[in-house]
Amino acid sequence: MAAHQMLLPPGQLAPLEADYAKARSAKRFAAMLVLAGVVIAVVGAGHVSEIDLAKLWANRGELGDYFNRTLTLDSGGRTWTDPAEWFWNLKGWSLLLFETIVMSYVGTALGFIVGLPLCFAASANLASSGWTMAIAKRLLELLRTVPDLVFALIFVEAFGLGPLAGVLALALHSTGALGKLFSEFVENIDMKPVEGVIASGGGKLAAIRFGVVPQVLSGFASYTLLRFEINVREAAVLGYVGAGGIGEKLIEAIRKFYYTDVSAILILLIVTVFLIDMGTDRLRAGLARAIVK
Amino acid sequence: MSSERALFGDVTLVEKEHAELIAAAERRAFHSLMIGFGLAVLLGLGLWWIDCSPLRVLNGLSRFGEILMRIMPPSPGSFEHFLIYGRALIETLGLALIGTLAAAAIALPLGLLAARNITGSSLLHFLLRRLFDIIRGIDRFVWALIFVRVVGLGPFAGALAIAISNIGAFGKLFCETFENADRRPVEGVLSTGGSRLHAVRFAILPEVAPVLLSQVLYYFESDTRSATVIGIVGAGGIGLFLYEEIRVLEWTHVAFLILMILITVALIDALSGVLRRWFIGRRAAPKA
Repeated sequence: MAAHQMLLPPGQLAPLEADYAKARSAKRFAAMLVLAGVVIAVVGAGHVSEIDLAKLWANRGELGDYFNRTLTLDSGGRTWTDPAEWFWNLKGWSLLLFETIVMSYVGTALGFIVGLPLCFAASANLASSGWTMAIAKRLLELLRTVPDLVFALIFVEAFGLGPLAGVLALALHSTGALGKLFSEFVENIDMKPVEGVIASGGGKLAAIRFGVVPQVLSGFASYTLLRFEINVREAAVLGYVGAGGIGEKLIEAIRKFYYTDVSAILILLIVTVFLIDMGTDRLRAGLARAIVK
Repeated sequence: MSSERALFGDVTLVEKEHAELIAAAERRAFHSLMIGFGLAVLLGLGLWWIDCSPLRVLNGLSRFGEILMRIMPPSPGSFEHFLIYGRALIETLGLALIGTLAAAAIALPLGLLAARNITGSSLLHFLLRRLFDIIRGIDRFVWALIFVRVVGLGPFAGALAIAISNIGAFGKLFCETFENADRRPVEGVLSTGGSRLHAVRFAILPEVAPVLLSQVLYYFESDTRSATVIGIVGAGGIGLFLYEEIRVLEWTHVAFLILMILITVALIDALSGVLRRWFIGRRAAPKA
């Protein structure tokens, strides 16, 4: 490497270096400002959420201890030395896992059925009037924002304990989530086929059926599969408030200190979710290929 | 076009000419119909399985109608209640923010270690990715219940639960983002004599920072939503009040709490939209 480098004459170099220093200090100042904002927010948030790292450190052993206990049988041996004892209730848990999957399927399907017409009403390029569009959009937003656990709590009061309440909660939340995604998808379609159908005398329904649906169907299917995956996880939680599925057994095991049951149910749940994710991934990849074609 | 055809075309001729295309289209239509039919049958079976009889639905709907009548007008009951709810709401936001930021700070180095193009270690990649998978496999409510045991009831347990489940999510996302980063700036830094750490600092971080920020902001939005319900298991925030008011059937209070949550979530979404544009909009648009 050359020891001596070519430099600009000092007269030209000085203003460039001054500009560079100015740009750098402006950037540093902005970064400092952002950092200060973050620090203030973190300190405030840490105060209101009663962060106490000393307590966490003092009780750090509890966390490992908990997982240790979930993997130790009453006899003192490790759980995997006696799988029959560990998964003693495999049949009952599998049934509840199946119920969880059924709940998420039915919830997703109902959400799709209700969300589909709403999405066309909420799309700016298809809505017949500003009013219906605004109402449909707000409705979808409302359904999407309320967590499904809150819907489930209310439906357990109205429909009684059991999977029906959970399915309805999933359906309402999915309607909002799917409807919003769908309407964004519809707003980005090519309008020429729609105009073509209308120009050849088709009505609004015909325009949607023959102009819009062929363009969006595989995208919709892909989103719905993704929602199904999410709903399996959500359905596993709904049991905490008595709305059906495996969650009921899981929270019971945690609350009543059935340690090995906790690990057994968690493992079954993780495996199920993993298998479902793999399956839907395959289906989605197939759909993506269909879109490219 | 051939001129011997009539003005509107001879349909039989067209059918004969494109017989294969038409048959293929009909086959496809039949397939879609069968898929739709199959899905509908599954839906019917599912509804039967969860015991969804019309009578139950009607009974439930009438009960639900009663509830809807009783939520009017939404009110917190008294001003003291309103203050308690407000405090709980601030607590909710606090634990969501701490949970997201702490997770991002911890997941950043872990994501770097897991990225194959940075450490070059497949073993580390494999182990860390499985760790992230396991963390994500356990629901945040379960984490919350476990942390309630470790640090006691209250928002600290909720913040820890959100933080740990976010570490699983961020670790995976960050690692993928690093692995998708452009290779050329890294080569540039390395070829001018920089170390691997220099490459991370001057080649990878500037490129991925907007993407990471946008992921963190997105998770903050969704964590705010889940922080509103994590109180159901006693881990702080407004969820505990929501749960209690529903159990004692104080529907006007419930409606007020839901309204508070809706408004807060809308505000947070708007704020995060502003931040997103501010930080990310002026740089190159992030990769999807």
